[in-house]
Amino acid sequence: MQLLKQLTQITAVSGSENNLFDLIQREIKPCVDELYTDALGNLIAHKKGGGKKILFAAHTDEIGVMVNYIDDNGFVRFSPVGGVDLYASLYQRVVFANGTVGTVCFESKSDVKKDLKVSTMYIDIGARSKEDALKLVTPGDTGAFVGDFVHRENTVVSKALDNRAGVYILIEAIKRLKSTSQDLYFVFSSQEEIGLRGAKTAAYTIEPDVAIAVDVTDTGDTPGCETMEVRLGGGAAIKIMDKSVITHKGLRDLLVRCAREHDIPYQFEILAFGGTDAGAMQTVKSGAATGAISLPLRYIHSPAETASISDIEACINLVSEFAKKDFILV
Amino acid sequence: MLKILSELDGVSGNEKSVSDFIISQVSDLATQTTIDTMGNLVFYKKGKKPSSKKVAVFAHMDEVGLIVTDITDDGYLKFAQVGGLDDRILLTQRVSVGKSKVKGVIGIKAVHLQSKDERSKVIKSDQMYIDIGASSKEEAEKLVSKGDYVSFCSEFCRLSNMRFKGKAIDDRAGCAIIMELMKDCYDNDIYFCFTVQEETGLRGAQVLSRRIDADVALVLEATTASDTALSEPHMYGTALGLGPAITNMDNGAYSDEALKRFVITTASTRGIAYQYKLTSNGGNDSRQIQTGASGCRVCSISLPCRYIHSPVSVADGNDYESMKKLVRAVLNDIENFLSSDQI
Repeated sequence: MQLLKQLTQITAVSGSENNLFDLIQREIKPCVDELYTDALGNLIAHKKGGGKKILFAAHTDEIGVMVNYIDDNGFVRFSPVGGVDLYASLYQRVVFANGTVGTVCFESKSDVKKDLKVSTMYIDIGARSKEDALKLVTPGDTGAFVGDFVHRENTVVSKALDNRAGVYILIEAIKRLKSTSQDLYFVFSSQEEIGLRGAKTAAYTIEPDVAIAVDVTDTGDTPGCETMEVRLGGGAAIKIMDKSVITHKGLRDLLVRCAREHDIPYQFEILAFGGTDAGAMQTVKSGAATGAISLPLRYIHSPAETASISDIEACINLVSEFAKKDFILV
Repeated sequence: MLKILSELDGVSGNEKSVSDFIISQVSDLATQTTIDTMGNLVFYKKGKKPSSKKVAVFAHMDEVGLIVTDITDDGYLKFAQVGGLDDRILLTQRVSVGKSKVKGVIGIKAVHLQSKDERSKVIKSDQMYIDIGASSKEEAEKLVSKGDYVSFCSEFCRLSNMRFKGKAIDDRAGCAIIMELMKDCYDNDIYFCFTVQEETGLRGAQVLSRRIDADVALVLEATTASDTALSEPHMYGTALGLGPAITNMDNGAYSDEALKRFVITTASTRGIAYQYKLTSNGGNDSRQIQTGASGCRVCSISLPCRYIHSPVSVADGNDYESMKKLVRAVLNDIENFLSSDQI
């Protein structure tokens, strides 16, 4: 879990994904044939083979805040980057790439209970003046929410498990993959949280036959939550549908068969809200058979995202076993 | 130049008079001119040296406006909006309808006849109509037809303090700057692109980005300035007089970190004023350009503009000059960026 911990604690908000590249490259370089980056901030690993072109995508970016404006007293106004729940962000700490820590606050005379707007919120970075603040942050800088990594028996709690857990799953799957007859691309994709952007251009260049997003999904196993089949500890979730994609039926069947053959625990996922890179990859150019392998995750987009270690293990197995396989897609 | 461009009518889907004018002015300066089925206009200009990467500059030709949807028995024209318009700015506007530029006004019941209730409410645009002076359907149909585009009539003119007002500053300002910059010769090959239908959903750029598939693109735009008495400073977006605005992030795209830094360094080393766009609202062609094909490093540079999407947009001549200077400097030095290890 040391690697997962490292991955989650690096600040890499959408647009600054390169903060993760050194670590990922160090881990997988010996196991792949080619490793390159592109204009959107994707890191792409290629493991050559003669068969079908299969693309696995795990996005590297996390949600956060962007500095917009600094007032005369050194308080920072900001924009959310990605799906930030404003209420959940109140009094959270954010950390910028240079280590500056700030607290998310709101104008105390504003009506926080009824109508919390980002225009009445600010970040206190402890600066006394605009000049003082500008030494620490500049407009355009992004900060991530702080959330320590905690490892309890079979669960982990941290910020950015969405989607560093997916990144970790791909890294570990690559390491386990000794040989393959398929032509494999592992895309560590950028800017998913702000509109599935990196995966879209990566799929455009690679033109895969099969595209699989490896990301997190919501669960339906906590008190008073929306009804949903997925539960923590129930295994790798094979996506059937979300707001962005309907998984290719043949691909879904193949994933299920692969899980059964290798005794990998799995469950089906239908996500009522939200989407993944799969949505962007499916319709690029002439299209790809697309699906997703999802890690069940509680409290998504909070600093206390919670995942099960056995689910992570199931996802790694499913990715690596599927990547080895020769198959006919119908 | 900006005056002529601003006064041309080119509501989304009907950009022809703008593109004809641009072609007449600058096609001599280009190595190759292409116009696609949608009406996007591209001037490719070969550089003095061989280029390894594709560099493009974009501005959109279209403007917001109206389109005639129906003609009433009394000869009034019903209309729909083309692009994002605020109903409140429509009343009492002077407009020009169709190819033959039939003059009209957007009317409203006289204040004397309105009930107390009516006076305090904003009238929705579907309750408004254009009055071209016709007194019957037949009479109106001789002058205009359903589907005719409607543009605002607004003379471009100077205000005090180097400022000017006009319609369609968004984005004829970008067009004018590109046209002026095309006169220069650059080391790199450059694609100078003028897109259509930005205001109705970045549609021209969607197909053009696939055709060009540039490595680096500058998107020249006009953006909202709300440095007016009723806003708080952190909600200004941009302010007039502080130089062109550089976008960090908006709803559609994320400026490439390295390219943005290069643009800012270029501005600071040459003493060119610039500001950041302070809010993340809105979006422009850069969304399609960034992700339309294999991926492109984009940066939006915008002219701050008050009362944008209205016939009385106000912008600052000094900002305009600084923007031109900045984009010229970036294009002149772009090879330094392309060959740097950041990309």
